[in-house]
Amino acid sequence: MEIRVQDNNGLSTVAIEGEMNIYHAMELKSVVMKALDEAEAVELDLSGVSEFDSSGLQIVLLACREAEKNNRKLSVKASSAPVDSVIELFCLGGLLGRRERKA
Amino acid sequence: MDLELGQARQTFITESRELLQEMESALLTLEADPEDQAAINSLFRSAHTIKGSSGVLGIEAVEKFTHFVENLLSQMRDGEIKARKENIDLLLECRDHISTLTALAASGIEELSPEVEANGAALTSRLGELLGAQEAKPEAKGAAKEEERLDGPSSAADAWHISIRFGQDVLRSGMDPVSFLTYLAKLGEVVSCTTLFDSMPPVEDMDPESCYLGFEIDLKSASDKAAIEGVFEFVREDAAIRILPPFSRVASYVELISELPEDTLLLGEILVKGGALTSRELEDALAKQRATAPGEEKPRIGDLLIEGGSVHAETVAAAAEKQKKNQSAGAKEASTVRIDAAKLDALVDLVGELVISGANIEQHSARIADAGLSESASVMLRLVEEIRESTMKIRMVPIGETFTRFRRVVRDISRELGKDVDLVISGGDTELDKTVIEKIGDPLMHLVRNSADHGIEGPEERKAAGKNAKGTVRLNAFHDAGSIIIEVADDGKGLDRERIAAKALSAGLIQHGAQLTDQEVFRLIFEPGFSTAEAITKFSGRGVGMDVVKRNIEALRGTIYIESAQGTGTTIRIRLPLTMAIIDGFMVGVGGSPYIIPLDMVMECVELSEAERSAADRRSYINLRGEVLPYVRLKNFFNEGGLTAGHENIVIVQYGGHKIGLVVDELFGEVQTVIKSLGRVYRDIKGISGATILGNGQVALILDVPRLMQSVETSFMARSA
Repeated sequence: MEIRVQDNNGLSTVAIEGEMNIYHAMELKSVVMKALDEAEAVELDLSGVSEFDSSGLQIVLLACREAEKNNRKLSVKASSAPVDSVIELFCLGGLLGRRERKA
Repeated sequence: MDLELGQARQTFITESRELLQEMESALLTLEADPEDQAAINSLFRSAHTIKGSSGVLGIEAVEKFTHFVENLLSQMRDGEIKARKENIDLLLECRDHISTLTALAASGIEELSPEVEANGAALTSRLGELLGAQEAKPEAKGAAKEEERLDGPSSAADAWHISIRFGQDVLRSGMDPVSFLTYLAKLGEVVSCTTLFDSMPPVEDMDPESCYLGFEIDLKSASDKAAIEGVFEFVREDAAIRILPPFSRVASYVELISELPEDTLLLGEILVKGGALTSRELEDALAKQRATAPGEEKPRIGDLLIEGGSVHAETVAAAAEKQKKNQSAGAKEASTVRIDAAKLDALVDLVGELVISGANIEQHSARIADAGLSESASVMLRLVEEIRESTMKIRMVPIGETFTRFRRVVRDISRELGKDVDLVISGGDTELDKTVIEKIGDPLMHLVRNSADHGIEGPEERKAAGKNAKGTVRLNAFHDAGSIIIEVADDGKGLDRERIAAKALSAGLIQHGAQLTDQEVFRLIFEPGFSTAEAITKFSGRGVGMDVVKRNIEALRGTIYIESAQGTGTTIRIRLPLTMAIIDGFMVGVGGSPYIIPLDMVMECVELSEAERSAADRRSYINLRGEVLPYVRLKNFFNEGGLTAGHENIVIVQYGGHKIGLVVDELFGEVQTVIKSLGRVYRDIKGISGATILGNGQVALILDVPRLMQSVETSFMARSA
């Protein structure tokens, strides 16, 4: 898994590539939380995610909750098919501020 | 038809009767408050269930018609058609039609008579007009709504509700909620799914390798519970799973909510969103639950809702008011077992036998006088007594349901006669024997009709008399010293003593100048053919009925008492025994055989002196304090042998306002009598209504006083003529 964080005038883009699963959960949590801590707004780019499991989802949910709590902006800029299918399965389209994509 | 289907049909018929009853009360509630969403929902559910089960059982007539009704109800539920007066009228008629159809199905009649057919067609076309008029209007509702209506409007309610909280170690053990849900989705259609992660701790404590997820899922599926449970087989140990089948009772959902760790309000909303519950149902149920669980300090859901600004205080107050109304219905939702009445009767019979053999054992143990035996016997007898009591309790059912039936009756009468009558019900949870309840319905119906029809005046008349234009009929029930009292009271014009007396005089029921108490005068209205009504209405006034009411109540060994004050109203009080199976009897001996006379009919006992006897034998009546008292010698009547004792006694019994004397040899006193009915062969024997077995094993016959009286009076008349 590779994580690239790009800072652009307070908007931080976190691009995750590869497996977003339990094996990388620790790392993911610290990176995403750090980004939320430092930037006003965070964008998650999940278009490169090849595997997405519940732990990956939990990180996203945690991030959403934190952002809301601390008045930060968090959005999912792009996602991949594995991410979409989990989000659709869990009916979470609304929570992430995105329209549900029809499969 | 095979046996199983026959049983299913039977269940359907019983169930639909209850559902139709629910529909009726919902409609009446709706009439009083057209905005009552809970009533609309209940209406819709009832209709939907009737349609569903009749469909399964292939009772087409019911299914087809109910389908139309359901369409209308569905639009009412969505607020597209308002619960206007004429709509309620139509729905009440539809309800009656469904009731007719199910009754026909119950008696196995497949072919509908032309009238029923025509009535159905007329109602269908009226429903069609209403729906058509609605359809023609442009609707702002989205296409999604339309789609939903096509595949069955109550889609969500017929779904399984699955509630699952995964344990924290699930992910670490290599399992993923994603795969379980993916698999679950293969069993059917996930109608709604809500992901919960409230148990996720704050960032610093959150372990990304632990699982904090929970789901509330509504699944539409043809699979059975085992199959759904099977999905979660591997996480059974590591997760809290609750599965509620489709159409689960609201109470189960509430239980589910209270068992789960998350905020009650949130869970409630999820259930509402998923369509498992309507918000009103939830609110009512939760508030009710709070009310019954004091000591809990959680705020009431109503308060939470107010704080959250989602509803207004008045709405909650109104809901609370409604709750009170629905309380008796809510109590009924407590878990119940439906059993065949015949099984219960068999149990009661056996317990009766047990009581008898217990008495037998008691006698023997008293004779043997062994300390150990006496003690065992007394313990056993106490247990038998307890069994007897609890068995009798099983047969007890609350009278509330019978009472609610009358709401419709009162409504229809007030409509028809242009009166404004309110029916106030209290004591609906008073319980009495099932057989008694079944038999009391018709007489009560008659009394309620009479009150609303004759008792309550028209609005103008009431205003002129300085009363509230709205009349009130009250139904009340309560327990009083081993009996139950049912009151039917109205605040109408009261009985007109003079008019009743005049009428009775002209009918020859009383003599000129007779000094009668109020009670005696009022009782005249129970005479056959007696009516003082000036106008005969559709409902009453034909002078038949009150005598039947009285007869029915007396057949239940009950009594009626009338209280009335002119101008302020009438109260009719019915006193009924709690049970039919065991009575207090008065045991007498005739020629060496024991007989039982129902104690409540016994007036007094007097000795028949030798002198009186020789005089009386020629004329078959005695002079009882200046009154002519015909009597019957039971020894002759039943052809009992044995010598005539030195002195005889007369037991004076009263029934239906008449007295006769029964000449017996010996008086034994009061006994608890378990009534056993006689076999078919003995059914036509005059003067015997049943038998009982005494502690010593002897059989005693129970006298049928009314019929005995009849035959005595006939012969008395014949002789004196």
